[in-house]
Amino acid sequence: MNLVESFRIALRALSANKVRSALTMLGVIIGVAAVILLVSIGTGVQSQITGQIAGLGSNLLYVLPGQLEGGGGPGGGGVTKRFTLDDVSYLQSRLGADNVVIPELAGPVDLRSYNKTMNAQVTATDENASQSSLGTIQTGHWYSRGEVVGASRVAVIGSGVRDTLFPGQDPTGATVEINNQPFTIIGVLEKRGGGFGGNQDNTVSIPITTAQQLLGTKDISVMLVRVANAGQVDAVKAQAEIALRPRFSDQFTVFTQAQTLTFLSTILGTLTAMLAGLASISLLVGGIGIMNIMLVCVSERTREIGIRKAVGARTYDILSQFVIEAVVLSVLGGAIGILVGAGGALALRSVVSTKVTWWAVALAFLFSAAVGVFFGVYPAWRASRLDPIEALRYE
Amino acid sequence: MTDQHPPSEGRGASSPEPPLARAAEIVLEAREVSKRYLLDQVVVEALRDVNLEVWKGEMLAIMGPSGSGKSTLMHIVGLLDHPTSGTVTINGQDVSHMEPNALAAVRNKEIGFVFQSFNLLSRTTALTNVELPLVYAGVSGSDRVGRARAALEAVGLGERLEHMPNQLSGGQQQRVAIARALVTDPSIVLADEPTGNLDSKSGVEVMRILQELNAQGITIVLVTHDARVARHAERVVHIADGRIVLNERVECRIMAGADGDGVVAELEADAASLSVNSTAGPR
Repeated sequence: MNLVESFRIALRALSANKVRSALTMLGVIIGVAAVILLVSIGTGVQSQITGQIAGLGSNLLYVLPGQLEGGGGPGGGGVTKRFTLDDVSYLQSRLGADNVVIPELAGPVDLRSYNKTMNAQVTATDENASQSSLGTIQTGHWYSRGEVVGASRVAVIGSGVRDTLFPGQDPTGATVEINNQPFTIIGVLEKRGGGFGGNQDNTVSIPITTAQQLLGTKDISVMLVRVANAGQVDAVKAQAEIALRPRFSDQFTVFTQAQTLTFLSTILGTLTAMLAGLASISLLVGGIGIMNIMLVCVSERTREIGIRKAVGARTYDILSQFVIEAVVLSVLGGAIGILVGAGGALALRSVVSTKVTWWAVALAFLFSAAVGVFFGVYPAWRASRLDPIEALRYE
Repeated sequence: MTDQHPPSEGRGASSPEPPLARAAEIVLEAREVSKRYLLDQVVVEALRDVNLEVWKGEMLAIMGPSGSGKSTLMHIVGLLDHPTSGTVTINGQDVSHMEPNALAAVRNKEIGFVFQSFNLLSRTTALTNVELPLVYAGVSGSDRVGRARAALEAVGLGERLEHMPNQLSGGQQQRVAIARALVTDPSIVLADEPTGNLDSKSGVEVMRILQELNAQGITIVLVTHDARVARHAERVVHIADGRIVLNERVECRIMAGADGDGVVAELEADAASLSVNSTAGPR
């Protein structure tokens, strides 16, 4: 009996048992699709976020209060001394005019316009921030040096805030209440999208001086240093550390963009690994499903093997039939699973960024196929070694 | 026991003499066949030194009560099972020490099986079931379909080629099984209680087909516990406790479905079973 005949027998046996074939394939499909989908979400989000950070330019330094590196010891994590605007002008004077020091103060606020309210993230900064981390202006303009010095009640809002509070309108010139204080809207940021739930567009930016009044503080959260020459990032970092040491001893940290990326990648890698872990559970469940179907069918199939042997099938004939059956089911199920998983990943693009990775596809496919083939073939291999009469009598 | 060639005069109760008016050709021979197996740690001697010859063209019945070893004997001479000791010879070829794949080829070519429980592949058409032995024989294409169709027509199922086993009556399923046994043109057909799962009418039909095939020259071995079924054969070998105890020629053979004594006997038997049924209670 040749291979073509084996194929024909296997396909005939598969189509004679459509429910069993479909259930086995379903196990493979679910396993493969789940792994591809979840891993593609993980890697998609990871590459989007790191891409955004990298998109800010490699010439940014982050100066944070407190010591983040080197443990921190007892009470670590607690910030002893925060930066003020005085520190900003001090650092600016030490780093030279080419390297711009930008203050940032962030926190949650309540927004209100007439009867509509929402929560948003306020990022207060100064006139130099206009082209940095917050995005580009779509309509209107960024606040000026005069408005920062004068602590004007002006605000630049994200597109998400506009869509919620001023749907279908140009909000420039309108008034929005931030923590019950009226602000005039002078600009709207371009939509950035992405992230989970579009949070990046639910922002509002006001002059840092105004924010300090509003929140009743003299502190700022963080200082950004935009280094003029990207090649000198490390040198400027060292310079900043020397400058700040007399004021803060070691209670501050300067990050380069590269360090931030590494740090974020670690966190996001953990997220991806977690999603992969969830996916491997569904892979396992799918595998158990396959195993279950195959084992439930063992007695029926053992009798089938007995019948086939009684009429003259050799061990090779039996094995080739079962191997082909299992491979056809696994490959077909795996292919459908890849289509479903990749299709789902594409369909989810509007909600969350996804990226199909070849290793997830390969892993899911190989695992499901291996489970399918093993549990399809192993019982058959055992049965094929029985005397025909024992296979015929099998209960 | 090292002597692989026992004297040709045979031993025990088996009969070396050929049926009348036939060439003295032995199709199948069992020599000193014993079968022991462990059942719940007790050694069961299913067969003890059984000798049996089956002559070409004859219709032989192996008869005995349940547990007598008759089915074990059939499975061993049908190469579905292997003996603990002794030899089995088919068409002069010793098959006792063949490896499994060679045995499969011999089963495929020389032996056709008819089982009590039919043993058809479920969810598979009658035609495909009958094609099965030809598939493993390497027959392909239209030749295979043609031979399978012819075999089904020979058992009167030419109209039911595409029916699944569950769409056929018990008698029809058994006829499919007979067609499957015949399709490779085997030297011998082994039928294990072929009427055991059938009503008496279907049973008569199956016995009629087996006798018809025998009349066409096909060697048939029938295994049964039923003396009336055994009387459809020309010769009956009685087996009890794993030994052959009697080997007799059937004096008044029943011809299934024919005129004469056979029918009377069958009608009597049918009437008896009917009266048993009618006293069993209201339906």
